[in-house]
Amino acid sequence: MKHIKTITTKNLKETAKNGGCGECQTSCQSACKTSCTVGNQSCENK
Amino acid sequence: MIHQYKNNGYNIVLDVNSGSVHVVDEIVYDIIPLFQDNTVETIKDMLSDKYSAENIEEACGEIQALKDDGVLFTDDIYETCIEQFTEQKAKDNIVKAMCLHIAHDCNLACKYCFAEEGEYHGRRALMSAEVGKKALDFLVANSGMRRNLEVDFFGGEPLMNFDVVKEIVRYGRELEKTNDKKFRFTMTTNGVLLNDEILDFVNKECGNLVLSVDGRKEIHDKMRPFRNGTGSYDLIMPKFQKAAESRNQTDYYVRGTFTRNNLDFSKDVLDLADKGFKQISMEPVVADESEDYALRMEDLPEIYDEYDKLAVEMIKREREGRGFNFFHFMIDLTGGPCVYKRLSGCGCGTEYLAVTPWGDLYPCHQFVGHEEFIMGNVWEGIKSPDIRKGFNYSNVYTKDKCRDCFCKFYCSGGCAANAYNFNGDINEPYDIACRLQQKRVECAIMIKCALAE
Repeated sequence: MKHIKTITTKNLKETAKNGGCGECQTSCQSACKTSCTVGNQSCENK
Repeated sequence: MIHQYKNNGYNIVLDVNSGSVHVVDEIVYDIIPLFQDNTVETIKDMLSDKYSAENIEEACGEIQALKDDGVLFTDDIYETCIEQFTEQKAKDNIVKAMCLHIAHDCNLACKYCFAEEGEYHGRRALMSAEVGKKALDFLVANSGMRRNLEVDFFGGEPLMNFDVVKEIVRYGRELEKTNDKKFRFTMTTNGVLLNDEILDFVNKECGNLVLSVDGRKEIHDKMRPFRNGTGSYDLIMPKFQKAAESRNQTDYYVRGTFTRNNLDFSKDVLDLADKGFKQISMEPVVADESEDYALRMEDLPEIYDEYDKLAVEMIKREREGRGFNFFHFMIDLTGGPCVYKRLSGCGCGTEYLAVTPWGDLYPCHQFVGHEEFIMGNVWEGIKSPDIRKGFNYSNVYTKDKCRDCFCKFYCSGGCAANAYNFNGDINEPYDIACRLQQKRVECAIMIKCALAE
């Protein structure tokens, strides 16, 4: 494409089909403790 | 839902509901807000003073192609999913993580401590091994099919009660064998009591180590003094550098707090990076606005500017081969958590609980001391299911402020404790935290765009 460069085409919709196993880290166990950041966490079920 | 913004020379378009990210030129950037409600012909008229009809037509064609591919202007289809997920969670009542308050006591007197120098609005106390073991029993018994269980040693200062930590870990390793579980322990420490013996133990047993340090010596010493007022920096810094190296610069964080006293906190992050640390977190202070060090709405432009400066410097260092991770700019655009995790949040009050030295259960460490949130105890389990229910049914769609926010899939509706402390309602997010989170997500995405070049 000439006008658009796509960086990622992640489709969250797909994760709605197979997600929700709950094995991932709890966000406050990493380094926040006073906020809530989940966007940077890893999926344990790839 | 689209979020578009300009940062560091990039025109960035985030398709919120799919998570897709596009870098676009000026013409596409101008067309996108018009595209859904106008025909191509109308858009040509509207932008005729800026762009040629031919260029507009070409750009519209590209936008339409992405829309057809499901990576632009996608719909929000998740509200029903999260309702079903929540109902299932309410039935299962799984607990998979615990924050053990090993010591409600501290050898520092940090001025911003939400634990009030370790005491959490109560008396000083150390957790007994018995309470710790009961907590692990509770966790195993309530974890269902979850294999990975997380336990955080927190305080106060947990190393003031290190023998009990060792005993709890030993007990946990026994439970693993008999129950097919895997404990991941995290140690959080201010470093005062850290020594070689403790470091060896932590490196062997703890999957994560959180080292509290605020950055530059003068900033750290001002907010993190001993009880006699002297600074703690010179004592802890060499130990932290050694600890980080001993873990091969992975699976740890140096974690600081910035306040109104150091709105130029990018310098603190970079100071930590210059000291050799590769895993850095720097959190905005959460404090009542009556405190002179609390962040205020009027500080936001300066804080945004600091995040921008930090992002630009991080890109530069990454390109020079001397990059580092900043916790709040870490974002996994291609993988990352599933949409259920993104919408239901940190799990506090449901799958994550805090345990006091006395064995009381709270929704999380930040609620400890607010006795109306006592959910039960490690001997009798959950005795106030209504509290759990309140947290279970709290998600992005129960929060009016979140519904139309582009950040909702990255912050999962924000911190419930902050919402409660500032607005008296876990479903009413704390505004300053939201604004900062939005800015950090923008920077994090920009960094990915820059490094994709």
